[in-house]
Amino acid sequence: MKSFAYLKPETTVAAADLFSEHNDAKILAGGMTLLPTMKQGLAAPAAIIDLSAVAALREIAFEEGALVIGAMARHYDVAASVLVQTHIPGLALLAGQIGDPQVRHRGTIGGSVANNDPAADYPAAILALDATVVTTRRTVAAAAFFVDMFETALEPGEIVTGFRIPVPEMAAYAKFRSPASRYAIVGVFVAQTAGKVRVAVTGAASSVFRALDVEAALQERFDPDALNRVSMDPSGLNSDIHADRDYRANLVMVMARRAVSAALQNAGQGATKGQ
Amino acid sequence: MKMSKVVAIGASPKRKEDLRFVTGRGNYVADIKRPGMVFGAFLRSPHAHALLGAIDATAARAMPGVVAIYTGEDLKADNVGGLPVGWGIHGKDGNPMKEPPHPPIAHGKVRHVGDAVAFVVAQSVEQARSALEAIEVQYEVLPAVVGVVEALQAGAPTVHDEIPDNLCCDWELGDAAAVEAAFTAAAHVASIELVNNRLIGNPMEPRAAIGEYDFATGQHTLWTTSQFPHVVRFLMGEFVLHIPQHKLRVVAPDVGGGFGVKQFHYAEEAVVTWAAAKLGLPVKWVCERSEGFISDAHGRDHFTEAELALDESGKFLGLRVRTLANMGGYLSTFGPNIPTNLYAPLLSGVYRMPAIHCSVNVVFTNTVPVDAYRGAGRPEATFVLERLVDVAAIEMGIDKRAIRRRNMIPTEAYPYQTPVIVEYDSGDPLGCLDRAEKLADVEGFEQRRLESARRGRYRGLGLSTYVEACGLAPSRLAGSLGARGGLYESATVRVHPTGAVTVLIGTHNHGQGHETTFAQIVSDRLGVPFEDIDIVCGDTAKVQFGMGTYGSRSLVVGGAALSKAADKVILKGRKIAAHQLEADLGDIVFHAGEFSVAGTDRKKKFTEIAGAAYVPFDYPLETLEPGLEEQSFYDPVNFTYPGGAHFAEVEIDPDTGTVTLERYTAVDDVGTIINPMIVEGQLQGGIAQGVGQALFEHGVYDESSGQLLSGSFMDYCMPRADNFPSIVVAPHSTTCTHTPMGVKGCGECGTIGSPAAVINAVVDALQPLGITHVDMPATPNRIWNIIRNSRAALAAE
Ligand SMILES: Cc1cc2nc3c(=O)[nH]c(=O)nc-3n(C[C@H](O)[C@H](O)[C@H](O)COP(=O)(O)OP(=O)(O)OC[C@H]3O[C@@H](n4cnc5c(N)ncnc54)[C@H](O)[C@@H]3O)c2cc1C
Repeated sequence: MKSFAYLKPETTVAAADLFSEHNDAKILAGGMTLLPTMKQGLAAPAAIIDLSAVAALREIAFEEGALVIGAMARHYDVAASVLVQTHIPGLALLAGQIGDPQVRHRGTIGGSVANNDPAADYPAAILALDATVVTTRRTVAAAAFFVDMFETALEPGEIVTGFRIPVPEMAAYAKFRSPASRYAIVGVFVAQTAGKVRVAVTGAASSVFRALDVEAALQERFDPDALNRVSMDPSGLNSDIHADRDYRANLVMVMARRAVSAALQNAGQGATKGQ
Repeated sequence: MKMSKVVAIGASPKRKEDLRFVTGRGNYVADIKRPGMVFGAFLRSPHAHALLGAIDATAARAMPGVVAIYTGEDLKADNVGGLPVGWGIHGKDGNPMKEPPHPPIAHGKVRHVGDAVAFVVAQSVEQARSALEAIEVQYEVLPAVVGVVEALQAGAPTVHDEIPDNLCCDWELGDAAAVEAAFTAAAHVASIELVNNRLIGNPMEPRAAIGEYDFATGQHTLWTTSQFPHVVRFLMGEFVLHIPQHKLRVVAPDVGGGFGVKQFHYAEEAVVTWAAAKLGLPVKWVCERSEGFISDAHGRDHFTEAELALDESGKFLGLRVRTLANMGGYLSTFGPNIPTNLYAPLLSGVYRMPAIHCSVNVVFTNTVPVDAYRGAGRPEATFVLERLVDVAAIEMGIDKRAIRRRNMIPTEAYPYQTPVIVEYDSGDPLGCLDRAEKLADVEGFEQRRLESARRGRYRGLGLSTYVEACGLAPSRLAGSLGARGGLYESATVRVHPTGAVTVLIGTHNHGQGHETTFAQIVSDRLGVPFEDIDIVCGDTAKVQFGMGTYGSRSLVVGGAALSKAADKVILKGRKIAAHQLEADLGDIVFHAGEFSVAGTDRKKKFTEIAGAAYVPFDYPLETLEPGLEEQSFYDPVNFTYPGGAHFAEVEIDPDTGTVTLERYTAVDDVGTIINPMIVEGQLQGGIAQGVGQALFEHGVYDESSGQLLSGSFMDYCMPRADNFPSIVVAPHSTTCTHTPMGVKGCGECGTIGSPAAVINAVVDALQPLGITHVDMPATPNRIWNIIRNSRAALAAE
């Protein structure tokens, strides 16, 4: 690891100012991705702006029919939050399935979403729940936020401060973990919000995406059997030593069915383990 | 208050070594700091196969903290030798194997991703690593070959120019004519084609080494993460660095797991030792995890075709095996021995197999060298045989347990000479199977299968028996098979004047609990309190000699040496006691820590005799030297043959292809058990590793670029605790007839029996689809593909 300047602001404003001042600075949230990348020499920022002292960014609240989650809320915070468990239990269960306990006590929702790893879990939830990403400069709709692999709509110097997630009628996540990394080989988040069904798929392609055929079938009938005649087109899906294209396409449908069952079973809200 | 009592053989005291490990007080190579120490880092080839052109280190040399940069040419100029091979096998034609040079740092050519190209020494690790990036290397990239089948094809890239066919050795064992006759007479021939997947050992502690040179004494010291420091001293001193043995000290302190990965002499050990002398500074290198993936020797990697001939009743008539074994880019210390001498002699398993022939092509490829990994050759042999037996049973419609029982060697038939060198001294395979069948509740399986089927899942039960040859090895036999060193073990029992004992032993403890097991042997034999015994290993300056720990040999060979040394202590003690008690030696008996005159109440405590040996006032000085310290070198008369029967039960989710291990039962014959807790731990760990091979682990190379695709834990799947049910382990021991305590060893048993048991269970689960074989690892994707393809084939019928 190369040496770098270490900055630890206490307010969002101070953090934003520092980020604008320092070219080649990086935001440090939980460090679960950033630090390994720096250790491997894949990133060598001149300065690190650590958000861990910005207490306001860690809050979780319920406001006007929506959960408002700060960017620095750790996976553990989200999994253990009574507010999240009550309003979107599927999201709490998703957070509780990320990585291992050490990772869940460090990693943050903001870091995960800003990083947009194609195999990360949160992006599927953010997209399917039609959340709004709040930054130091603006609000961005989830649909416009995730651009491509490790690429988001964030501009240089812009910091994610939190998320506004409207409470759905039903929602659940089903994840098929990579046996090695335990990231999602395929993760499917199914949600129905204000009568509209959205299905977001992570792990399967270069970035999280919505499975429109699956959505259409579920919009007609929210039932796993509604998906019996729907299939996923494997072209364009990832293929690697763990999962070939056809297999991933199959997993999208299997996980979608499991997520729908879970959503129905848990009195309209819940999540399930994929495997 | 410390526990201070005798601990007998057969008890399970808590492990002596664990207190320091669990409280973070272990002393690993990475923990060691030497005055003035500098730090090394290796530049490693990013290419699988390339000609090495100019290496420009000018910019790197000028970087802050950089002390020196060395390349292969520097070593060559200093007359540094290549890494030697510990076994030299011979081919069918009687010619020795091809043994190309293995320079510690490549020159001329690199032969695998990770091959060392330069070594940077700097004031800090960070500075050394930064300097690596500034070294410019001209590579002329050549086409690479990573698979054994491809490497033997005409026109394949040549790994070593002087070996155009990439064939290290075309080896065979057994009677081809007898096998041919058996197949001619056969009522049924079962055949199989299989891959034994490449594994990467990944011990918890990565490798590390520190070299140091003392100008005053001319003494070189190497601290290294090794399973056999004396062997490293010999190989490195004699063949690589030409340092006289008495001027070279090798220390292997606490080592965090080995599994074979640390039983080789590695390039890095020689390079730090050489550089330290060159610079007059201690030089430390600690392997990074990702560096370990491309520089630790890998394991397995076979392609095999095998056939089993049977008569109409299912009796085995003959076995024919053809294996291609991957050696990687160079021969590692034991490389060529593993898929030959440690493989083919085990192919009879626990069965009467009248004729066996095995041919092995040992092949070079552009991959990391392959060598011993827990089990080493024996899991591969067991996998071939036990898979074939299942295929035969399925094809002939014979119950899988029945076909095994029909062919097993009955316990009365021991000693049993196989057609492939080895003679089993003892065993009871039928007894193991009977016991395992009960513990695994085989009777209840059908019920459980139906219950799984109701949930849309396939359930399968798999059985594997196995036998292994461990306790390496009778030196004379090993020598006739190509060993270039003896394989005895040595132990010294040093009794202090107070009666406390220090044992100096040539094996090495890196997780197996030797400090406990060996202390138990001494405590039991000499009646000395457990806490008054220390076991010392791993330092050539302290321990007389040793061949180290691998091949389940520590207790079998090292423990035997210890037992014999303890016998000598007792004999000397009896002589002293005879003098003091004014009795004949023949009348002195030693029992429970006391020397007494038989049939009387006259006696001396062990501590009194120890005291007299060092304060010899009332002592037979005319006939006996003072002191109480005895040594034994033990060379075994045969291998030992632990064996057993393992049942695995799996459930498969056809939607995702996920295989879940639901139950695992192992019954093993490990001979006399010194510490049941430690034996159970060894079996559990071994089984977990074997299940890892069967379901998760796979070292995968990209066929065209030769890049290691599974080069980190993100892609190389180690088994984790949540992949396992509670494993049932039970002993069913017969006594070894030739080791001093009747022990057989247990370090590798779990790894040997389990891959075949698990895959047999997976195949059994998929029986409704007509599947007879599944390659390892049985990953979800692989299983899903098999299910999809066979369902499609069935539908088309
Ligand atoms: C062993 C392991 C297993 C894991 N398993 C999973 C898994 O199963 N599923 C899963 O989804 N994830 C998994 N992760 C990822 C982890 O959960 C984190 O979500 C992820 O590493 C990013 O979060 P972080 O808070 O650690 O961000 P950091 O590593 O601190 O930052 C990541 C990137 O985002 C940027 N960034 C961070 N916060 C902000 C912000 N507020 N605004 C703008 N940019 C920002 C950083 O500059 C950096 O580029 C795993 C990680 C590890 C180490």
